[in-house]
Amino acid sequence: MDTMGAVAPIEIAQAREAPLSASDREAVFETRGLTVSYGKAPAVSNVDLPIYRNLVTAIIGPSGCGKSTFLRSLNRMNDLIPSAKVDGEVLYHGQNIYGDGVDPVEVRRRIGMVFQKPNPFPKSIYDNVAWGLRVLGMKDDLDGRVERALTQAALWDEVKNRLKKGAFGLSGGQQQRLCLARAIAVEPDVVLLDEPASALDPIATTKIEDLMHELKNEYTLVIVTHNMQQAARVADMTAFFTLERTESGGHGVLVEYDETPKIFTQPDDKRTEGYVTGRFG
Amino acid sequence: MSARVNAITSTPALRARRRLGDRFGDVFLHGLTGAAAAAAGALLVAIAWKIFDIAHPAISKYGFAFVTRQGWDAIHSRFGALDLIWGTLLTSFLALLIATPVSIAIGLYLSELAPRGARTVIASLVELLAAIPSVVLGLWGILVLGPFVGQDLGPWLHRHLGFIPLFDGTPQNAGILVAVLVLTIMIVPITSSICRELFLGVPTELEEGALALGATRWEMVRGVILPYTRTGVGAAVILGFGRAVGEAIAVTQVIGAGYGIHWSLFATGDTLASKLAEQYQSATTKIQTASLVYLAAILLVISLLVNLLAQVIVRRFSHQRTGGS
Repeated sequence: MDTMGAVAPIEIAQAREAPLSASDREAVFETRGLTVSYGKAPAVSNVDLPIYRNLVTAIIGPSGCGKSTFLRSLNRMNDLIPSAKVDGEVLYHGQNIYGDGVDPVEVRRRIGMVFQKPNPFPKSIYDNVAWGLRVLGMKDDLDGRVERALTQAALWDEVKNRLKKGAFGLSGGQQQRLCLARAIAVEPDVVLLDEPASALDPIATTKIEDLMHELKNEYTLVIVTHNMQQAARVADMTAFFTLERTESGGHGVLVEYDETPKIFTQPDDKRTEGYVTGRFG
Repeated sequence: MSARVNAITSTPALRARRRLGDRFGDVFLHGLTGAAAAAAGALLVAIAWKIFDIAHPAISKYGFAFVTRQGWDAIHSRFGALDLIWGTLLTSFLALLIATPVSIAIGLYLSELAPRGARTVIASLVELLAAIPSVVLGLWGILVLGPFVGQDLGPWLHRHLGFIPLFDGTPQNAGILVAVLVLTIMIVPITSSICRELFLGVPTELEEGALALGATRWEMVRGVILPYTRTGVGAAVILGFGRAVGEAIAVTQVIGAGYGIHWSLFATGDTLASKLAEQYQSATTKIQTASLVYLAAILLVISLLVNLLAQVIVRRFSHQRTGGS
C-alpha cells in the first residue's frame, strides 16, 4: 500500500463489519449549535453532530480546526481551561451535560478519555488501573477488574509479571495502552481518544487501532486524528472539520459528517474532497 | 578529511588568535567558577573549624557529658546543653507540625483552587510574610501574640485539653507556645511557597488524566498531586525545620529564658540559639564563652545533619516521581 504520495487513494478496511444501518443507530451524543470559545474568540462554532452507540466516530481536519476542543467539550474537560466558554447544547442520552445541576465529575465518570501524550500516573502499573476503580468505589474483585482491563487493552501478557513496577518503565506504546486500560477499567459508556497514536511508532499505532475494533463492541469510541489513513482504518463514521477564516482570525466548523467510506470516496463537499485527496490548502 | 575541517576556519592567524582567546576564556571561566565552588566548601570547613576551635576549652573540660547534662550555672561554671537541645527540638518540631499542613493547604489553594486573579496577589502577600525582620516579628510576639496566648488561647487550651501534658500548667505571656507560634509564622512563607511551586510543577496531563477518570479535585490532589510532589514537600519541610532550629532573635524575645525540661507549652524555656543570643555579650568567664560556643557547635551539627537529611531524601526518593520501582 502506497501511502507516500499525497494523493494516494485511501484504502478502507474491507474486513471491517459494516456499520449499523442508519435506522438502527442510537445516538449517544447529540450536539446542538455547539460553540466553544476561548475568551471571545470561538475555537469551534455551531456544531450539530450526532454520535452513535457502539460505533467508532473519527473527527478529522487540519490543525486549528477545533477538533480537540470539540472532543474535550464532550466530557467537560474544557472546564479546566478558565477562559473556555461553551454555548449550545451537548445532549448525552438526551440530557444536556452543560445544563443546570449537572456535575462534571459524574459526566467524566461515564465518558472516559485517552490523551495525545501517554499520561500514566507516577504509580505502579497495577495502581494506575486500580486508582480510578478505588476512587469510584469499584473495589470488589479489584484484581480481576485490573486484569480484565489490561487484557482488553492487549497489555496483560506484557505486564503480568511486573504489575508492581513503575509505569514509566513501559514503552510509549505500552504506556498509552495502560492509559486505555485505565480508562476502560471504570466501565465508561464512551471513550474519547484525542490523537491517541500521534506520539507512537507504527507498530504501537497498529496495536491501538486493532484495539479500537475490539472495544467498539462494548463502548462508543470517538477519536480525533490528523491521520486520514487512521480514520479510514478505524472509523465507521467520520466528521470533517475545517478552519473557516474570518476577519478576526478563524474558527473551526463542521463541514461534513457521514459514513467513513462515503467521506473518503465520494464526499458531498468540495472542501472534504480536497482534504481527503491531499489537495487541501 | 583534514581539508574539510580546515575549510571551516578561515586563516591560520585568525585560528591562532581565536584559539588563544578561547583558551583564555575557557581557563578564566573554569577558574572563576571553580574558585567560587571551592570558596563555598572552604568557608563551611573554616567556619566549622573555627567554632570548634573556640569551643575547645569547654569541649575538653566537659567532654560529651555537656550534651547530656542539664542546667546553666554561670557562677559555678557548670554548664549543660540538654535543656537547650530539648527546647530547640521541641519548639522546632511543634512549629513544623503546625506549619506543614498549613503550608500544604496554602500551596494547594494558590496552585489549584484560588480564583486566578487572586493567586498572584495572595502568593506575594504570603511571601512578604517572610520579609518581616525576625526582630520585628519578635516584638509583635511580645506585644500582641504573647498576651493573646497568656490571656486567651492558653487558658482555653488548658480548659479543654489540659489532660494532655502539653497543655498542663499555667499559661503565661512568654513561653514555649509563643515561641512555637512565632516560629510557625516564620516557616510558613518559605514552605508554602516551595509547596506552591511543586504543585504548579505537576504536569497538566497528569491532572487531566485523573479528572478524566471521574475523580473530584480532592481525589486528584490526594491521588496524583501529593504523591507526585511528596519528595519535594518532605525536603521543604526539613528546610523549614532548619530555619526554625537556627532562629535566635525572635525566639529569645518570646520564649522567656527558662530552665528545665518540660512537656508543658506554657512553661518558659530556651533554645540553643536563644541562649547564645541572650548571653554571648554578657559572658563573664572564658569558660562561659567557650561553653556558649560549644552550644553553637551543637547547633551547627544539628543544622548540617538536617540539611544532609533533606539532600538524602531528595536523592533517594526523587526517582519515585518518575515512576521507577
